[in-house]
Amino acid sequence: MVSSLRLIEITKRFPGVRALDRVTFTAEPGSVHALIGENGAGKSTLLRILGGIYQPDSGRLIVGGTERHFQSAASSIAAGIAIIHQELHYVPNLTIAENLLLGHLPHRYGFFRRRNAIRIAEGHLRRMGVHLNPRAKLRTLSIAERQMVEICKALLRDAQIIALDEPTSSLSHHETEILFRLVRDLRKQGKILIYVSHRLDEIFDLCDSCTVLRDGHTVATHQSLAGVSRAQLVEEMVGRNITDIYSYRPRSIGGLRLEVDGITGKQVARPATFSIGGGEVVGFFGLVGSGRSELMHLIFGATRPHSGWIKVDGQPIRARHPIDAIRSGIAFCPEDRKEGGIIPIRSVTENINLTARQRSGLRGFFIDFRREFKIADRFIERLGIKTPNRRQPIRLLSGGNQQKVILARWLNLADLRVVIMDEPTRGIDVGAKHEIYNLIYELAERGCAVIVVSSELPELMGIADRMIVMREGAITADIPRADFAEHLVLSLALPDEQVA
Amino acid sequence: MKPFMKADLSQEPKVQRPAQSDSGFRRLSAFLLEYNLIFIFLAIFIALAFSVRYFFTVQNMLGLALSVSQIGMVACTMMFCLASRDFDLSVGSTVAFAGVLSATVINFSDNLWAGVAAALLSGAIIGCVNGIIIAYLRINALITTLATMEMVRGLAFIASHGQAVGVSNVDFIYFAGSSFLGISMPIWMTLACFVLFGFLLNSTIYGRNTLAIGGNPEAARLAGIHVERMRVVIFLVQGLVAGLAGVILASRITSGQPNSAQGFELNVISACVLGGVSLKGGSATISGVIVGVFILGTAENVMNLLNIDAFYQYLVRGAILLAAVVVDQQRTRGE
Repeated sequence: MVSSLRLIEITKRFPGVRALDRVTFTAEPGSVHALIGENGAGKSTLLRILGGIYQPDSGRLIVGGTERHFQSAASSIAAGIAIIHQELHYVPNLTIAENLLLGHLPHRYGFFRRRNAIRIAEGHLRRMGVHLNPRAKLRTLSIAERQMVEICKALLRDAQIIALDEPTSSLSHHETEILFRLVRDLRKQGKILIYVSHRLDEIFDLCDSCTVLRDGHTVATHQSLAGVSRAQLVEEMVGRNITDIYSYRPRSIGGLRLEVDGITGKQVARPATFSIGGGEVVGFFGLVGSGRSELMHLIFGATRPHSGWIKVDGQPIRARHPIDAIRSGIAFCPEDRKEGGIIPIRSVTENINLTARQRSGLRGFFIDFRREFKIADRFIERLGIKTPNRRQPIRLLSGGNQQKVILARWLNLADLRVVIMDEPTRGIDVGAKHEIYNLIYELAERGCAVIVVSSELPELMGIADRMIVMREGAITADIPRADFAEHLVLSLALPDEQVA
Repeated sequence: MKPFMKADLSQEPKVQRPAQSDSGFRRLSAFLLEYNLIFIFLAIFIALAFSVRYFFTVQNMLGLALSVSQIGMVACTMMFCLASRDFDLSVGSTVAFAGVLSATVINFSDNLWAGVAAALLSGAIIGCVNGIIIAYLRINALITTLATMEMVRGLAFIASHGQAVGVSNVDFIYFAGSSFLGISMPIWMTLACFVLFGFLLNSTIYGRNTLAIGGNPEAARLAGIHVERMRVVIFLVQGLVAGLAGVILASRITSGQPNSAQGFELNVISACVLGGVSLKGGSATISGVIVGVFILGTAENVMNLLNIDAFYQYLVRGAILLAAVVVDQQRTRGE
């Protein structure tokens, strides 16, 4: 008999941010426990602690009746815990059998026993009710099938606690059904299941109990979901003071700033056409893979469009490289700060001045350090960037402060006309979010056309003047603020088969 | 660990006198940590000056400086290459080819500057080809320069029919053999390279963009840096300086030798890595590179003075490199 999993007062701090603050909950064997919350609420951090990837600063973790301190992922696995992450970890060029048995491949005298491995894998898959050929290579499978393999792998190691991190985010309706059947089977076998998602329909469909996280705190724990309403969970997730966070400021909208006509490119299959006025904040909403980030890359010249054209203030631009877009006054804050935004080991000063210095250096070659220091100090003060000094390497700053530095990089330019922000508040705590929203309004009040791409619908409903919805590489709707409604936007964003 | 100590210092109360001396000591230790390589080198250098006969003599010091002069100048440009997260294995072959070419051209034209120009031009072309393949065709730098290393070495043998190309032109011998203020020309040129490239790295947009590209190429591109063009320029300059080193070497040995500068590229990269240039890109200092060059040169020089068999010198050089990177890894692990 498995005893329950208990997390007691778990706290985890990162530089500048308290990711988890005394989080407590209990998950029982033979049940599916939901862990819900907005992005940045601390769900993933909690799973990483459970998986031994992070060590908590304080708090107790009780697995199978004894307190555990995992020092590594291996010790967590040894304790019977399996975390199925959003990004799956597998070897694409090996077969299902090899992936399942990786680390424990059957061998004799050091030689791999292929037939033996396939037999073991076959039996295991059959017992799980998964119909896959163990000889198939992982890269030939669909995402859902790869996920199945990952779960099977966990069970092969005799995992008693299985945590799934947003497993359905890239699954179709049908694939989701298969996954749910598997989860229900596991529940029947008495496993402890933790299910992380922000799709409330799935929670009500699948889960028995639920813990709500917000900004690293446990907001509520429901031992049973009977009698709990959807609205109640939303309120707990988002918090009561939504309007306070966004503090939307209406403003007058000027003439056309950005015109995009018939742009197509990688992952943007249908020609995208829209225009934005000066001082207007337009939200782009769509699921992962809907082509919203790819469209922004096309506008910025980071990838080459197949067709279509762009005009800024009526002037057509040929954005073949980000440099062209920047010359026309377009700025872009990419989705992944670490990947496309910051230069991690360079200082705050260098990161702020990176773009402006390309043109403002003395005679285009020498650097005017005194000027750059002055600019850096001004932005650190104006945007409230929390850093010991301007020489600090940017990687040591918190996510919110890194984002402010990247914004400063663009605010540093004199003739800013269009600002594109892709997921500007991802992984940022509420206080910093509020400041970023105010900066967005400020940019709009300066006359910029502002595009905000986000997968958080409440955020876009809070700050945008207009919302453009994308689905499967095409723009499906253009909705003015007066007509914002969560259900309407979602139904336009979800692939057809999921609209029931 | 470094930034942590700095942050600590800034919070230090500076009211009482005893506290000040304490903070002074900590500042000193932080300074030592930051520049530890230089101090280790100085300590070893002083120890050698007292223990090894003839080491600390003017003649030996000049000989040491001359022996590292080619490695020194190419290390300057290799520093840029590594700082931008790239790699160049072709410099050794370029040195040999440029030497052969300049000797051939001088024999043909009897004009020193025609030979120098040919060497510089060929180096620049080789570098430019490397850069274009790496930046625009997006081929891995290791593979690209491994291939051009072989090809350029082949060109050196073809151009010279596998024989050393002797030069009798007096200007050519005088080119590297002359001296100013008692210090020979190659040393002056290497010093000039240190100053020039140190300045380029620290105070120009070219240098800072190089570090930004190495720190995060995608972010640099999205911030409006012409990453591809920059990389071509970095390789082009690298080839140019390797070409110059080739002429100087040929002049010093009064002939263009197709099999000279074998393993040169590895010595240059070793010197940079010894000098704390990160292979992950994004960080480099000219002072580190200078020290790295001199560590290699001093080791070789001392072993020669002590009459240690040349075969053992490979062993020692490798061991020094390994020790330096292990120490560096330990030091930066906390970050």
